[in-house]
Amino acid sequence: MTSFRLNGHEVSVDVADDTPLLWVIRDEIGLTGTKFGCGIGMCGACTVHVGGRATRSCITPVSAIQGADITTIEGLDPAGAHPVQEAWKDLQVPQCGYCQSGQIMQAASLLKDYPAPTDEDIDAVMAGSLCRCMTYIRIRDAIKKAASATRGEPSNG
Amino acid sequence: MIGRIVAAVAGIGVAGGLGFLAYAWHPAIAPIAPPASTAFSAASVEHGRVLAAGGYCAECHTRRDGHEGAPLAGDYLMATPFGAIYSSNITPDPETGIGRWSQAAFVRAMRQGVSRDGSNLFPAFPFDHFTHMTDGDIADVYAFLMTRPPVHSVKRENTVPFPLNVRLLQAGWKLLFLHPGAYRPDPAHDAQWNRGAYLAEGLSHCGACHTPRNAMGAEKAGAAYDGAPVDNWIAPPLNGTNPTPVVWTEDEFFQYLRYGVAPLHGSAAGPMSPVIHGGLSEMPESDVRAIAVYLASLDQATGRQGGDAARLAAAMRTSARDLTGPQTDPDARLYAGACAACHANTGATPVLGRPELALNNALWLSEPTNLYQVVLRGINAGEGQDGVSMPSFYHALTDADLARLAAYLRRTRTTLPPWTDLEHKAASVRATLPAPPVAASH
Repeated sequence: MTSFRLNGHEVSVDVADDTPLLWVIRDEIGLTGTKFGCGIGMCGACTVHVGGRATRSCITPVSAIQGADITTIEGLDPAGAHPVQEAWKDLQVPQCGYCQSGQIMQAASLLKDYPAPTDEDIDAVMAGSLCRCMTYIRIRDAIKKAASATRGEPSNG
Repeated sequence: MIGRIVAAVAGIGVAGGLGFLAYAWHPAIAPIAPPASTAFSAASVEHGRVLAAGGYCAECHTRRDGHEGAPLAGDYLMATPFGAIYSSNITPDPETGIGRWSQAAFVRAMRQGVSRDGSNLFPAFPFDHFTHMTDGDIADVYAFLMTRPPVHSVKRENTVPFPLNVRLLQAGWKLLFLHPGAYRPDPAHDAQWNRGAYLAEGLSHCGACHTPRNAMGAEKAGAAYDGAPVDNWIAPPLNGTNPTPVVWTEDEFFQYLRYGVAPLHGSAAGPMSPVIHGGLSEMPESDVRAIAVYLASLDQATGRQGGDAARLAAAMRTSARDLTGPQTDPDARLYAGACAACHANTGATPVLGRPELALNNALWLSEPTNLYQVVLRGINAGEGQDGVSMPSFYHALTDADLARLAAYLRRTRTTLPPWTDLEHKAASVRATLPAPPVAASH
C-alpha cells in the first residue's frame, strides 16, 4: 500500500511497489491527462510534479513517492488557467497535442526555477521534452509569455 | 641445553597462551528477570530513543532481506568479507532478545564487545565506537531498548567459516584494535567541537563506513575518514582528500545531515539516507550542528576554502554545456534527453532541487559506483530532499548507455582522470540491485 497526495487529495493505492507512477495515475486513479510516450524517461510526455519538481512518472516506481505531493496536469490549476495553460491557448501551441501536458508541467516547473527564462534556459531545461510535431518555436514563445504573466510569484531561483 | 631452551620457549608459550586466555575469557553475567517498564524514568527512555536513532540501532538490527522484520528484532544480513553475519535481536524478549540482560551486561557489550554469556561479539557490531559513549548515554539506550515490545525472533546462523568463527579469537582483534573507554574531551577545542567529536566517533560511528578497513576488518589506522566501499556504494572521504570543487564546509555538512541535501554537493541516497532520515533527524539540531563543526574541522574546510568561489563558478559554467544549439555528440544528446531537464543549471549557483552534477560528490569519486547506483535505483521521496524523487533508469538505460553517460559527465563536468572499465562496472552495480525498481514499461 502506497499513500500520497494527488492534486491535493489523499490517495492510497494497493499495487506492487514497482508499479510505475504513470500507471497508477492513469489506470488506478483514472486521470488520463498524463501521457505515456516512450516509457523510458526520454520524451517527457509523462511529466508530473513530485514535491513541485518536474518528474518522469513512467520510470518512477510508486513506492518511491510514498508520502509525497503529486500534481498532474489536472491539478496544475483548478480552472485549467495556469499562466502556462493560458499562454498555450493564446498562442495555439499544440498541433497533435500528445506531448502538451508533459510540456506544460515541465514549463510550469521551469518558471519556478527561472521566472524570466532566456532561450538558453528554456533549451537546457526543456531539451528532454520532445514534440513530434516540432512546435518548439511556439512552446518557447508560450513559456516567455507565461513568464511575463507570472512575474512576482514566488520562485526557487 | 637444547632441552632447557625448548622447555623455556614452551613455558613462555604456555604462559602467553594462558595470559591470552585470561584476557580473552569473560565470565557470563547472571541473567535477570526482565525489568518492568516502570523501572526506567520517562526522561531516560526518551533520551535513549533519541540516542538509539542517532546510533542507527534499528538500521542494523531490523531484517530487510526477504521480508521486513520487526524493528530491533535483529536478523539483518551483513555481507562482510568474512561471511554473512546476522545481527542480534535487541528487543527485551527473554529467550531470543536481551530481556535477561542486566544493565551491567549491556554496558559490557557496548564498551568491550562481550555478550552477556561471556562470548566475544564480532566487530560488525561497532563497539569500537560505542565504547566511547558516556555511562549515562549507554544507560539511557538500555532503558529505551528494555521498554520496547519484546519480539520472539531467532536469527539465522552466521556463515563466517572456521577458524574466524571462534569467538575467543575476537579477543585478539580487540587487543589490536579496540581502544576502550569513554571519550575524553580535547582541551584544544571548544565544547561544540568536542560534542561533535563525541557523537561522530562514538554513538553515530561515522568511521564505521567512511574509514577503510584492513585485512582483519578493523578501521585502518592512519586512514581515518579516507572513504571506503560499503554495501555496494562508496562512503566518500570525509577528510581533506575529498576532491569536490567546493569544500564540504560546516554549513554544507549541516544542510546535508539535517535535511538530506547539501546545496553544493548533492542529495543523500543509499545507505546514507536512513542515517539522516529517522536517524540524525531525531537528534537535537544543536547535536547535528556539532557533528558538522567536527567534520568540517576534520576535512580542514577553513584552510581549503580559498578557491571555492572560483571553482564554483567554473563548475557552474559547465552545467549548461552542450544543451543549447545544434548538438551532434550522441553522449551529449543522451545527457540532454535523460538528465538535463532536472539537472541543468544556468545561474551562478544551483537551484535547490536541481542538483548540479558538476559539483556532485558522486562525479568526483575514484569510481562511478555511486553515480550508477543513483541512476539505476533513483531516489525515493524519503531518501534525499524531502518529498522529491528521482526516477529509476534501470530499464531505461543499458549498461552501455550508463557507461557513455558516466564517461561524458566525468569528461565534461570534472577535472579528474577518466573512469575506466565503465560498462563492466555498470553491469556489476546493476547486479547488486536485489530487484528491478520499476516494472518493465511496456
